[in-house]
Amino acid sequence: MIAYVLRRIVQSVLVMLVVALVSFSLFRFVGDPVATMMGQEASQADREALRDRLGLNDPVIVQFAGYIARAASGDFGISYRLQQPVMELILSRLPATLELALISGTLAFVFGVGLGVYTALNRRGWLSGTIMTVSLVGVSLPTFLIGVLLIWVFAVELQWLPSFGRGETVDVGPWRTGLLTPSGRASIVLPAITLGLYQMTLIMRLVRAEMLEVLRTDYIKFARARGLSDRAVNFGHALKNTLVPVITITGLQLGSIIAFAIITETVFQWPGVGALFINSVQFVDIPVMAAYLMLIALIFVVINLVVDLLYYAVDPRLRLDRAAARH
Amino acid sequence: MTHPFSRTAARRVATSLMLSAAMLGAGLTAAQAETLRWARVGDALTLDPHSANEGPTSTLLHHIYETLVRRDTDGSLKPRLATEWFIHPDDPTVWVFRLREGVTFHDGAAFTAEDVVASITRVTSETSDFKGLHTAVAGAEAIDDYTVHIKMSGPSPLYVQNLTNFFVMDKGWIEANGVETPQDFKAGEEKFTVRNTNGTGPYTLVSRDPEVRTVLAANPGHWDAAPAVTEIVYTPIKEAATRVAALLSGEVDFVQDVPVQDIERLSNTAGISVTTGAENRTIFFAYDMTSDSLKSVPGDNPFKNPQVREAMALALDRDAIRQVVMRGQSVPGGQNVPPFVNGHDPALDAYSAPDYDAAKALMTEAGYADGFSVDLHCPNDRYINDEAICQAYVGMLGRIGIKANLVSQSRTIHFPAIQNGEVDFYLLGWGVPTFDSQYVFDFLVHSPADGRGGWNGSRYNNPEIDAKIESLATETDLAKRDATIAEIWQTLQQDRVFLMVHNQLLAYAAKDNVEIAVHPENQPSMTTVTFK
Repeated sequence: MIAYVLRRIVQSVLVMLVVALVSFSLFRFVGDPVATMMGQEASQADREALRDRLGLNDPVIVQFAGYIARAASGDFGISYRLQQPVMELILSRLPATLELALISGTLAFVFGVGLGVYTALNRRGWLSGTIMTVSLVGVSLPTFLIGVLLIWVFAVELQWLPSFGRGETVDVGPWRTGLLTPSGRASIVLPAITLGLYQMTLIMRLVRAEMLEVLRTDYIKFARARGLSDRAVNFGHALKNTLVPVITITGLQLGSIIAFAIITETVFQWPGVGALFINSVQFVDIPVMAAYLMLIALIFVVINLVVDLLYYAVDPRLRLDRAAARH
Repeated sequence: MTHPFSRTAARRVATSLMLSAAMLGAGLTAAQAETLRWARVGDALTLDPHSANEGPTSTLLHHIYETLVRRDTDGSLKPRLATEWFIHPDDPTVWVFRLREGVTFHDGAAFTAEDVVASITRVTSETSDFKGLHTAVAGAEAIDDYTVHIKMSGPSPLYVQNLTNFFVMDKGWIEANGVETPQDFKAGEEKFTVRNTNGTGPYTLVSRDPEVRTVLAANPGHWDAAPAVTEIVYTPIKEAATRVAALLSGEVDFVQDVPVQDIERLSNTAGISVTTGAENRTIFFAYDMTSDSLKSVPGDNPFKNPQVREAMALALDRDAIRQVVMRGQSVPGGQNVPPFVNGHDPALDAYSAPDYDAAKALMTEAGYADGFSVDLHCPNDRYINDEAICQAYVGMLGRIGIKANLVSQSRTIHFPAIQNGEVDFYLLGWGVPTFDSQYVFDFLVHSPADGRGGWNGSRYNNPEIDAKIESLATETDLAKRDATIAEIWQTLQQDRVFLMVHNQLLAYAAKDNVEIAVHPENQPSMTTVTFK
């Protein structure tokens, strides 16, 4: 078990290094940070001097090695754009993104499972038909458009919810939360729906398909034959058996929700790491881009590692195979 | 001027109203009129006054720090921390500034000549982003508490025009916090000045969450009349649709960057008014006029031929671009300099209607009856509808046989390519912060040498013009200087160095009761806002 974990951790570090190297070789195609860092009056010599000071004239591999060495000692540099330490910037934005991801993930899971069960049980109902049709819209409309439509209806026309920002926030230790104030809670509704809509339809369709499958199996027929109530059959037996793949998918999707909140954050001016990243790309803020990509890589690596370890713990066959191989 | 509320009470009311407005999207009430919620596309990058020579940063800092002189909405210079300025009668290389008395910094320190000297030292230091505007400065000296002499390396008759974004800091505060130089990225540590301020300005910093919200409150100790806006809540909103929605839903009072496609709809919306005005920025095409071969299609350089340049000018339908691409939000012109800048000439700015037959005849005469191919480089994230302007012109050039292949890229790739001379034919915008043509000549016309010609992608190289441009820098006889400027423009127009398209217009949208004038540098001051 320990050897397995160690091996996985070494692999994860390698993945992170590769991500860093790939992103470093890509940065040169994003543009020249000096072009945005200096005003139009700066002379060619001034630009060259700044480029030198930033080490941008060094070969990519030298820049990469220097970056890794500094990153290993916890120094991720100063943002070219906001002139603040990169780690501090990212850590101050991370709570906003995590709260949004968590709320939208929860919404997606609860409504996805609920609607999935409902449409599976009432396959021919008109409401199920409507839900299935509407869910197609959720899958096919781009996030950007959904966000703008929601803003138009709920912020401009009905004026129920704010159109941008995070509302009032409260600092709980290092964590800046918007969930403890009324304006903060109102502010998270539209972005959470926008971000979670796709995941919700995905989960709903998955649950529905799995339920339909399970409902045809023999043990459900036997359960009904035993005279169990519909409720016990549907939720105690059928739903329980559909949830294994659903939980796996939801867990993996959480990573993508965090990583791909970029568009939602931009539309709603949500002060999270995604919006920070997109602004950094436009400014060619290399220190922030590098740290963000490393962070996303880390999140995916950790999620995958946890999933792998869970499988190892849950699935006895994995352990048996290895035990057998050793003999 | 008196206020219906004390400042704290007003702020308390404003805060609670802001909360309820955020929850309910409630409409405007009378009490809220003291707070102005201001949204624009981007945030100030830093609060350090000498570290980022960038529009939104300077605009915000003008509320906290002050300059010796300021640019009024009509483009003229007005006194601010300096009450008087002139070239020393006995020494043409010395600028004399008489300073305003009785001014204090936000921390209570008195403003004196020593503060100006310390700020000049700071703004000319190696890591300053404004040092390019102060290259002629040799040193500054405090003569008495309220007189400063700025010594130049030679006569610099227009140096004062470079001071509209020169913010003055307190000498004692600089020393106490060890911030003698602006942010150095290599040093890897954040300067105190990035988040902390101590200016003499009309507003003090209350709180700042970068890219989320910056709150400023009126400075009760300010030397000038108290402004109508007692609190500013500044929120960047990047996405155009969201920015407009926030104004329509009543969550912000003033939107500075209004997308052109929304101007008409917003002005037709009850409760919202849109103000437009000329911006100090021209949009133009330029081409490599001197190289023997194009870079994108090697072999020949058609732009060397004056007839080709004339044909290209005849093919440019400026009015069509104004109507279709800009939705009326531009002022087409023929001279590559904004109307309020010294050296602008209405006769040169007149432009002719397109004439495709004449243009084709010229192309044939020039030996390009079958046209030619070239890459047209264009930014896609810098100017209003920049890429669409290029697309429109590609179509127009196609009518006279020129096959322009549009390469549209981010400004972070486009600008270095121009500076490094990697492009043949490109679109560029140019603002003139000094309000004098010399700024255009120095950067765009002079052949690259000694810090001049950094943006001369036309590779225009005319020793006679170079000499004239150099003479402008030191000529103290302003009438003679203006005559030289006119001569230079005549030559540039004859040689067709630029293919001018238009001047950009700025559009500000605000609630009906908010009155704000468009600033040509796009640096509106909230002290000028009045409520109806």
